[in-house]
Amino acid sequence: MHIPDGFLAPEVAAGTAVVAAGAVGYGLRRASRTLDDRTVPLLGVTGAFVFAAQMLNFPVAGGTSGHFLGAALAAVLLGPWLACLVLAVVLGMQALVFADGGISALGANIFNMGVVGVLGAGLIVATARALLPRSRTAFLGAAAVAAWAAVMAGAAACAAELALSGTIPLNTVVPAMLSVHAVIGVGEAVITVAALSAILASRPDLVAGRAPVLATAEGV
Amino acid sequence: MTIRLFTILAVAVAIGLATGLSPYASASPDGLEKVAERQGFLEQGRLHAVQEKSPIPGYAFPGIGDARLATGLAGFAGTLGVFAVGFGLAAAVRRHPRRAAT
Repeated sequence: MHIPDGFLAPEVAAGTAVVAAGAVGYGLRRASRTLDDRTVPLLGVTGAFVFAAQMLNFPVAGGTSGHFLGAALAAVLLGPWLACLVLAVVLGMQALVFADGGISALGANIFNMGVVGVLGAGLIVATARALLPRSRTAFLGAAAVAAWAAVMAGAAACAAELALSGTIPLNTVVPAMLSVHAVIGVGEAVITVAALSAILASRPDLVAGRAPVLATAEGV
Repeated sequence: MTIRLFTILAVAVAIGLATGLSPYASASPDGLEKVAERQGFLEQGRLHAVQEKSPIPGYAFPGIGDARLATGLAGFAGTLGVFAVGFGLAAAVRRHPRRAAT
């Protein structure tokens, strides 16, 4: 879902860049207050995993592939604002080192995947935390839904930017983007649940800090 | 499991995936690329001037003849690089002077 340069109008690129810069700036302020011995390496680890998994394109229908995005996983592990930082680091490295995703469009890509995706996922996980029973199943289920929704929200934002830029009509791009990402989002949910399950098995406290649904299971 | 061991193991898993599996990932266009191709605006995409000199363009390590090896090396370098930048940024921001005294 990385937008290259040339797809977006300058106004759209600039507008999304301003919002993305604001979110990253706020993420940095939050980071200076909340990071500790545990979350400093976790931020690096999450970035490394998101980058690695984003390289692993899996085939979906019709000669199309999809890849992991990582917004929900990062939001569950680090909270939405630090997750926004992680996605910005990954997307920035991809654009600058690997020529994947544009430079002018970097703000839009951070906005779509790192702001819309991450905040949407964070909202769903927080809502589930308030409404659902405190169990591992409910936690992983909420993470799966958040993962799927983050991909769909990012795809919708991307479609809106393309339409606003006059690149393609809204009524064409929205169904096209959402239908393919509805399938890609299922892969996102599977990878997110697998990664969270592995962390629950090794260092459950890293997840529990962000998911009080597990408080009883942790005996806290 | 200590956080140090968890970090080493998790980064090792990420590097293993990026190095060992990425050469076998699907080469088909992703969702956005496919939509751009079908709707006829894929050609509008271009590299920024800065990206003409990207160190590892298109996830292929330069100077390596074997495409799978080039992709695997790009995954190795990129994963390690993202970990270093993420960890370094977090460590640097944490030492921000406006942080409350400990």
